[in-house]
Amino acid sequence: MKLARMDWALGTLLTVMTVGVCACGSSSSGPASGSLPTAIGKGEGQLNLVAWEGYAQPEWVKPFEAQTGCQVHAKYAGSSDEMVTLMRQGGGTQYDMVSASGDASLRLIRGGDVQPMNVSLVPEWKNFIPQLQSPPHNTVDGKHYGISLQWGPNTLLYNTRAVTPAPTSWATIYSPKYSGAITVPSNPIQIADAALYLSKANPSLGITDPYELTEAQLDAATKLLQQQRPLIKKYWALASDEIELFKNGDVVIGASWPYQTNTLVADKVPVKDLIPVQGATGWADTWMLSAHAKHPNCAYKWVNWVSTPKVQAQQAISFGETPANTKACPYMEQIQKGSCTQYHANAPSAYFDSIKFWKTPVTQCGNGKNDCMDYSAWQQKWTEITS
Amino acid sequence: MSSSFAARRTARIDVSAALFRRPWLRATLLLSAPGAWFVLIYMTALALLFISALWRVDSFTGNLVHSWTLDNFKTLFTVPVYRTIALRTIGIAAAVTVTDAILAVPFAFYAARMAPKRLQNVLFVAVLIPLWSSYLVRVYAWRLILAKDGIINWVLGNVGLGSVNIGYSNWAMWIVFSYIWLPFMILPVWSAIERVPDSYIEASADLGARGWRTFRTILMPLILPGLAAGSIFTFSLTLGDFITPTLVGGAGSDFIGNVVYQSVGIANNVPFAAAFATVPLVIMGLYLLLARRLGAFEAL
Repeated sequence: MKLARMDWALGTLLTVMTVGVCACGSSSSGPASGSLPTAIGKGEGQLNLVAWEGYAQPEWVKPFEAQTGCQVHAKYAGSSDEMVTLMRQGGGTQYDMVSASGDASLRLIRGGDVQPMNVSLVPEWKNFIPQLQSPPHNTVDGKHYGISLQWGPNTLLYNTRAVTPAPTSWATIYSPKYSGAITVPSNPIQIADAALYLSKANPSLGITDPYELTEAQLDAATKLLQQQRPLIKKYWALASDEIELFKNGDVVIGASWPYQTNTLVADKVPVKDLIPVQGATGWADTWMLSAHAKHPNCAYKWVNWVSTPKVQAQQAISFGETPANTKACPYMEQIQKGSCTQYHANAPSAYFDSIKFWKTPVTQCGNGKNDCMDYSAWQQKWTEITS
Repeated sequence: MSSSFAARRTARIDVSAALFRRPWLRATLLLSAPGAWFVLIYMTALALLFISALWRVDSFTGNLVHSWTLDNFKTLFTVPVYRTIALRTIGIAAAVTVTDAILAVPFAFYAARMAPKRLQNVLFVAVLIPLWSSYLVRVYAWRLILAKDGIINWVLGNVGLGSVNIGYSNWAMWIVFSYIWLPFMILPVWSAIERVPDSYIEASADLGARGWRTFRTILMPLILPGLAAGSIFTFSLTLGDFITPTLVGGAGSDFIGNVVYQSVGIANNVPFAAAFATVPLVIMGLYLLLARRLGAFEAL
């Protein structure tokens, strides 16, 4: 009987350990109130970030640490859901800031997980493109819950040797031609990509906004993704997964971020990316401050640092995205000739408006009706599609 | 000086005598520390698991709602995808167990009964050596071996056999799990075979049984408890794993552990994770009952 108990231990320890963290449920209060800081004090010596992979590169983190004495600890998250969860874990005191995209930022604001920031303490904010100074995804009731960072499209990435002719349409990742060699992100917001494709491929569905889907529209997108599943090699969770898949020849085409393209090109893998004819979804990221941040001064120093034109340019080129700061262009040209145009830093505002930026699906449709499917429905569909 | 020494000595004898006269006190003192660990940390975790499975999460704020509900279990049994995942997990765990058993018996038989003493030691070390390196390193190594441009296809290509496309699939998971848990099957089988007295085999031969007959009727029943003991390890370790499916699994290769991990780490739905985590607990409970009937606990 003693042995039987030992086996119980062995057999279930992994499972129990996995769930052992359940004692640390989240406890968040309402949106933080109180006055905004009017000056940035002395740094607290460290700064804990939740970030997209590639957002805390040594290139600009090391000089920041040397200059401010704030040691940066970055935790990479693979999806907006993971970011929200990480910011809520341990009562929200574990991480100071998060580089939230538009589909996470409002959830964090409504959940009371982040606090308003004083934009006048970030002088470079005035140089941001007008659309990103007070965008609806991070500014609520005139309060700025964070400082915009960078933005860009989700692209179609392909191996130039294996995929011929070069693709022009998202249809390529839904057709069996490259069956078993396709990868897409492991992220419920990927449903919007399918919806965007369907809005052009099947206009009778009447999809106008890929994030505002009625039940019938969501079902249509789900069906498309279910047909796509047997063609998929792997749903990638971290950018580094997708990089390895392309490097080892396991996949030849997939939905991606420009970051992967840059990394793969640097490694001499024959890849290219493009925005297909249907257009693209995209992200606009914000550095948001936790409502329970332990190192707020370092956090303010950090947003100031990453808002400077030079760091904006470094990050834009490293990740392959567009800086929020309009003054970044000359610095981009210094680092890499032609990069300002390549990454659309000088594009007219129509370009910004053409990208369907990530936002959290809610029941309120744009048309004033309440018949849209909310994010939990999206999550459930996504589990049913991919698991 | 000497009187205080004598006094301390007497006191010590008194304590020993008191403990000797009261076995319950002795047992209490000996068992209180491990007992407290067992109750406080181990059993409490299990109890919390069951309790939180009956809570739910507010979908908007993500906060835990401490009201009793069976919704998590209802979702588990009504949404088909979770049945698929549970069956996939059990299926691969069973396949890995069978594979390891088939590999372990001849190996252990050779090592325990045929190999010279020196080679025996070498084999023993060879079985254990992989356990000295990190689990993750071994899984990542397999990822590179199985990749399309990996070692397997390089070898196959060089000998003119074309290529196989098994990276990131259930096949890959089966191979990697079978490799990783093989030592846990070999060791109990080895010790079971070692314990069979030579005289049994000789007696079987004297009675006219050939090799296969001896193996089937003499050896097999005697090593079955060893196999059952090994299968507890291979089955339960596969059942609870989520790292190998993440790293070498393809599209649609989630295990129960992955759903638990995603529910906690990504969806922030601890109650649902707890509900799903009770499934392998129940499966292992049934499995252990079966293993006990096969005599696995005597062979450990």
